[in-house]
Amino acid sequence: MITRLKASYGSGIRPLTYAGQEYMGVDRSLVPEILQVLRNDEQFDYCVDLTAVHYPKRERPFDVIWVLYSFARNQRIRVTTEIMDGESLTSSVPIWPGTNWLEREVYDMFGIEFDGHPDLKRILLPEGWKGHPLRKDYGILQQDQEWVQINLGIESGQ
Amino acid sequence: MSESNSTVSHLDLETPEKPFLDANELVINMGPQHPATHGVLRVILRLDGEKVLGLECVIGYLHRGVEKIGEHRTYAMFNPYVDRMDYVAAVSNGLGYCETVEKLLGAEAPPRAQFVRVILTELNRIASHQLWLGTHALDIGAITPLFYTFRDREEILKIYEKYCGARLTTHAFRIGGLQYETYAGFEKDVRNFLAFFRPKIDEYEELLTTNRIWVERTRNVGVISGQDCIALGVTGPVLRASGVKWDLRKAQPYANYKMFDFEIPIGENGDTYDRYLVRMAEMRQSVRIIQQAVDALPEGPIMAKVPKVIKPPLGEVYHSIEAPKGELGYFIVSDGSTQPYRVRVRPPSFVNLQALDVMCRGQLVADVIAVIGTLDIVLGEVDR
Repeated sequence: MITRLKASYGSGIRPLTYAGQEYMGVDRSLVPEILQVLRNDEQFDYCVDLTAVHYPKRERPFDVIWVLYSFARNQRIRVTTEIMDGESLTSSVPIWPGTNWLEREVYDMFGIEFDGHPDLKRILLPEGWKGHPLRKDYGILQQDQEWVQINLGIESGQ
Repeated sequence: MSESNSTVSHLDLETPEKPFLDANELVINMGPQHPATHGVLRVILRLDGEKVLGLECVIGYLHRGVEKIGEHRTYAMFNPYVDRMDYVAAVSNGLGYCETVEKLLGAEAPPRAQFVRVILTELNRIASHQLWLGTHALDIGAITPLFYTFRDREEILKIYEKYCGARLTTHAFRIGGLQYETYAGFEKDVRNFLAFFRPKIDEYEELLTTNRIWVERTRNVGVISGQDCIALGVTGPVLRASGVKWDLRKAQPYANYKMFDFEIPIGENGDTYDRYLVRMAEMRQSVRIIQQAVDALPEGPIMAKVPKVIKPPLGEVYHSIEAPKGELGYFIVSDGSTQPYRVRVRPPSFVNLQALDVMCRGQLVADVIAVIGTLDIVLGEVDR
């Protein structure tokens, strides 16, 4: 299937495999179309997970990963794309409503925005928190001291 | 806290500015400190009288940054942390994590370890379902099942305690197999438990299955279709109760589930009552699996040849298991060092909780409690 997609999209798709698991790297501009094709034509009707990885030294520092599953094929596939800091992606909520909270979590933890998301706001951290904790430049003991002081009335959360 | 009648602030019995019951829409807050939200879940309800028009979940009160911690611990050191996500099914969490790292390493646990893993994981499924049944019934108003299930769950926890010294956050498995050989009398204890537990499921069912109050409170409450479940990513017993016959133990077998004979119980209506029946049937199936596993338990080594310092090669892997609550997935990126570059946990409770809004629309406030219970969420896993 990946080879078939590769035939129609060319260099925009890079088939990858590791430990027997197939996944594909997709150019950011192709992502909305590929996800739509996977959902509608290839029967990947269940979006298992959506997450990101931060590589601060890379030119395009974020990997965003969709884990998809097809009940009809009993097959799992991952789609990954590389984006620049500050670049946004198209929301997949219209395709898989279940990605609503997953996109909010990626926004919360990495600061990646999704265009067209119905209600993009933080989910695990409180509104008004500064910083995105799963970025590599966010220290493990780092906190938004100001938020803690104002909202909890204590000097430090640690 | 109503929006539309907030203008009526003075008592004017003669000529009210507005009829008293004009409040069409009422916004009320439930939680985070609420006994029926199973932890610290906050739900903002939009109501028309008693009818729920919609709701919003506010989560994150228990966020501990498990994924961030994972990036700062070695592979072995992170293992106990995963127990603290879904703390009522700690063994399942450990199984998922260990198997994912084993996948990265290209290692596989030896057969005896696989069997012990299946026994402990299925015992954990029973324990998790027991806790769910007790608290869910309590929420709806039946107090007795709680005492029954906690009494019987104790027997499982005793086996854990004897095996690894811990009852809840067990840290039972290691990357590559098991650290401890089973104790003398382990098989006997497991067999005794199965013999003890089989009639107990009937006992639970006797209390509830035909109980009129229970049936009235659960039938046609929180209905969700199989299609909606798939669209929302809902998995586990909730998906199966909506008629989708899908269980990762069968669909993409992990550990050695291929070797066991068991069925996937499914429901028809996708309501709270069907989810109750599905989980009851799952406990029976777990008993079947454990019986087969303990009967066929082979001798042999319990640890695969994995290096003392775990350093998987560069790469990324997604692996998931059927936890008691649904698909529990781990996505681990290795940069070739001793610490994971990124650990992502795909928690079933988090994704399933999204369905709460859909399931509660048009229901009564009291049913929201029933639906939260039937989703079987654990906030430690939702918030991580």
